[in-house]
Amino acid sequence: MPFKAKVTVMFRKSILDPQGAAVERALKSHAGGDISFPDISSVRVGKVVELTVDGTSAESVKEKVKVLADRILANPVMEEYTVDVEPLS
Amino acid sequence: MMGGMKAAVVVFPDSNGDCDAKRALEKIGGQGVSGDVSPLSKIDFSGDGVNPLSKIDVRFVWHKESSIEDFDLIVLPGGFTFGDYLRTGAIARYSPVMKEVVRQAKRGAKVLGICNGFQILTEAGLLPGALLRNRDLLFLGRDVWLRVENDATPFTNAYAKGQVIRLPIAHGDGNYFIDDEGYKRLEEEGRIVFRYCSPDGDAPSGIAPNGAKGDIAGIVNEEGNVLGLMPHPERLVEPILGGRDGRGVFESLLNAVCGGLKR
Repeated sequence: MPFKAKVTVMFRKSILDPQGAAVERALKSHAGGDISFPDISSVRVGKVVELTVDGTSAESVKEKVKVLADRILANPVMEEYTVDVEPLS
Repeated sequence: MMGGMKAAVVVFPDSNGDCDAKRALEKIGGQGVSGDVSPLSKIDFSGDGVNPLSKIDVRFVWHKESSIEDFDLIVLPGGFTFGDYLRTGAIARYSPVMKEVVRQAKRGAKVLGICNGFQILTEAGLLPGALLRNRDLLFLGRDVWLRVENDATPFTNAYAKGQVIRLPIAHGDGNYFIDDEGYKRLEEEGRIVFRYCSPDGDAPSGIAPNGAKGDIAGIVNEEGNVLGLMPHPERLVEPILGGRDGRGVFESLLNAVCGGLKR
């Protein structure tokens, strides 16, 4: 049975994310044109990897994808990740 | 070639420093080490032919090879392997040849990772830490000054401790990161080999153009036989390239492998 897995990879909190900081500055100063958004903070930029996996249950698929995330999709030295799995309809 | 150094330069898809690395090794092998200049030293090697008097036998090794002969030195060259997708070095790290690189590193072969090669080595777990996007998000292509922090390695014995050298950098992800505990360990164990500095050798904290922690430009593993560095020594080995400051890395390796020097 096919499942859709979504892996969200973000820099660990302790890592400075210069891309997020640059986006945050843009959001605060430019994005609104005339309107500024000074109440924005803590912008972080990450990535999402989607994959389809054949499996018997969402739990077993999640375990399998976690192994992949640990080994290749994320680098635990600098990143953390979450895995969401749902049946593919 | 007798009693020389056997070197491999691994070629991945999108390697671009492979030919430079091979040529640098051929130049230095052909000209011998100090006090040993052969009549052939004036010959300019194209990189195709093998000079019988060369002290270094260099071969390219394709990344798909899963079994290779034993080498004294394996170079992981610069480039943008697999388009730098996912993370720099993250996909190359799973190329078949990497199992061999790990095996040979474990048996004591010298492994030199330059730029993208450094990134691959951290992804493969042969070196600690990781290389993040440059602090200012810019690709940096220019010369930098480095201070040799440890001259007792197989990669730096031809330099003097504290010596300032100039090498080019060309990277977008050279911002070395390691946690505080790991950093302390690197420092205590003398494993920080190169630091960014000013032209006169001062190293005020934060001078690294990419934001690297502790201004680290290059480190070795615990055993001292694996070096990763962001700057490109292979691009500055002869005057026609604008300088010779990078020669020391390859001369050091020759000293270490052929001269019986342990480090």
